[in-house]
Amino acid sequence: MGYVAVRGGSKAVENAEKLVEYFRIKGESSLLDIEAVKDQFRLGIDKIMSEGSLYDRDLAAAALKQSEGDKIEASFLLRAFRATKPRAYYSTIEKTNEMRILRRISAAFKDVPGGQILGPTRDYTTRLIDYKLFNEDREAVNKFKEEFLEEINNKSEDELESRPEFPKVIDLLKEEGLLIHNDEKKKQIKPDTDITRDGLDFPASRSAALQVMARGETGGMITLAYSTMRGYGNIHPVLGELRVGYLPLKINHPEKDEEVVLGEVLVTEAEVISQEFSDNEDQDMPVFTVGYGICFGHNEEKAIAMAVLDRSMAADSSDAPAEDQEFVLSHIDGIEAAGFTAHWKLPHYVTFQSVLDRIRKSQAEGRVKDE
Amino acid sequence: MNKNFGEEKKFNFGFLDENSKREIRRKLLKAAALPGYQVPFASRELPIARGWGTGGLQITMSIIGEDDIIKVIDQGSDDVVNAVNLRNLIARTTGVETTLKTEEATIIQTRHRIPEKNMTSDQILVLQVPYPEPLRRVEPSEEISRQMHAEKDYSLAWLDLYERVVKWGEITIGSQYPVMVNGRYIMSPSPIPRWDIPKLNNADTLYLFGAGREKRIYAVPPYTDVKPLEFEDYHFRVENFDGKRCLFCGSTDSYLDEGYDSESGEKYYVCSDSAYCRERIKNDEEL
Repeated sequence: MGYVAVRGGSKAVENAEKLVEYFRIKGESSLLDIEAVKDQFRLGIDKIMSEGSLYDRDLAAAALKQSEGDKIEASFLLRAFRATKPRAYYSTIEKTNEMRILRRISAAFKDVPGGQILGPTRDYTTRLIDYKLFNEDREAVNKFKEEFLEEINNKSEDELESRPEFPKVIDLLKEEGLLIHNDEKKKQIKPDTDITRDGLDFPASRSAALQVMARGETGGMITLAYSTMRGYGNIHPVLGELRVGYLPLKINHPEKDEEVVLGEVLVTEAEVISQEFSDNEDQDMPVFTVGYGICFGHNEEKAIAMAVLDRSMAADSSDAPAEDQEFVLSHIDGIEAAGFTAHWKLPHYVTFQSVLDRIRKSQAEGRVKDE
Repeated sequence: MNKNFGEEKKFNFGFLDENSKREIRRKLLKAAALPGYQVPFASRELPIARGWGTGGLQITMSIIGEDDIIKVIDQGSDDVVNAVNLRNLIARTTGVETTLKTEEATIIQTRHRIPEKNMTSDQILVLQVPYPEPLRRVEPSEEISRQMHAEKDYSLAWLDLYERVVKWGEITIGSQYPVMVNGRYIMSPSPIPRWDIPKLNNADTLYLFGAGREKRIYAVPPYTDVKPLEFEDYHFRVENFDGKRCLFCGSTDSYLDEGYDSESGEKYYVCSDSAYCRERIKNDEEL
């Protein structure tokens, strides 16, 4: 017999591992420097940290290199690393209107208090492949950087000093009584929820749902959110506000009665307004409702998708997939979904043998399905 | 001709290849022959993101010629980043002249508005469409909605309107108000405000609608009946700006955007149509 799959497994695994390593380096190109990966794959790193549920740029960069650029595999590496760490503290609750802003836009109004801050965005560039990148020149890059920084430093003191405040756009609508967080939903905010320490139950509290989504897979969440935007559901979102910026990470000092700042984390936050009218039982008047999304790093589509799903899961009905909380929350974790999809590559000889026995028996009896 | 075109000669005129443009023009002819009917087309990827106006842009790129003068507006404005971006792309890949003035343009590509100034029979308005299917609100399946159009089975669309009246006492649709075209097809006018709906009816201008992501093209030819859906006792109404005026030009008869002053936080109103507003300010200065 030339091929017996059941024997010699460990030798095969060893060789496969070697082959993977060989495929990674066989091109003899310059070896990727972790610093370079961290710097130049900024958005990829952000996605990996968000989906891996661990804020560590160095580890995320190493994971991306190790996984040869496979984003789900990289976030899986982070998630597994995370399991080796105890949960020492819970951070205090931060108000996002005090975020150190990199980018802040509203699609609901032309002008908003604090202004529209475009920040670093590719949104309005034409998506043409930049052939210059084939021969990128260190000197030219340095020159660009120098000139750009000079331009910024030439701004007057006033311009640099003025740090405008950025009140929340949706607060403007709340003040007018045009917008509510559904009361039922408010009751479901449970700050002490921790889905990494307690199993998920259905119906899940809104806090638990937001936590699951915060580490959900970007692509999966976009898919489900897109389904409700397109017509399987009724959300019709307007982007009230999108923010990218740094939030301080604080904890209560374990002994002294004071807050300690540990550092800051980059987050993306989205608030969408559903154009569908909803009942406001207190005032007996129609109102808009909002959905909320936030995640680690600069990942705008994920934050928007999360906000849309937060709102769609609060719908009265669950006729569409994105309105069904259990459907959404059970399927958006990239590590779980990819892991289970991959598991079909494991041997299923025993289970398949068992059902082979059944189909042969049925055929032998000449049974056809009862009409 | 814009001399920049020379530098960008690696692109075909209008970015798309000639066969793609020809396909789109054939579909446009069909669309114009069947007012309000959604014609499927093999939508191409363009160097702007899907959902950012690629349907409108494919139409513009397919009908544009060297002598055309193009204007691009987004939310009524020539100045907002997305309009600037699309206008630059069209200019770069065709070399045609651009304008900010409604009356000077031969083709206007627009998102969410029809210009305040009446357009003429020498002009074409290309509208960008996110949701071409007006029945999508009541029927998520494309296969079933197309069948409903074929059978002119619009009972669910009417029921949706009726339910809104029962529940909220008003037809609560904001923009994208469904219209009946030529007494045959219910059509989505794209997310233009209700303010702009009457301009579709019996107009001098050809209106072309392009939905890139959803791969549909449709049209309202000149002098076509376009009527908003309404009941005898509950009427279609345009947005109400009573007592409000544009902060810049003082206009009381144009569609106004609400904004909040970025420093004082005070609420104000300005014309959504920047060309209309600019012209009024200029006329005032000349007086």
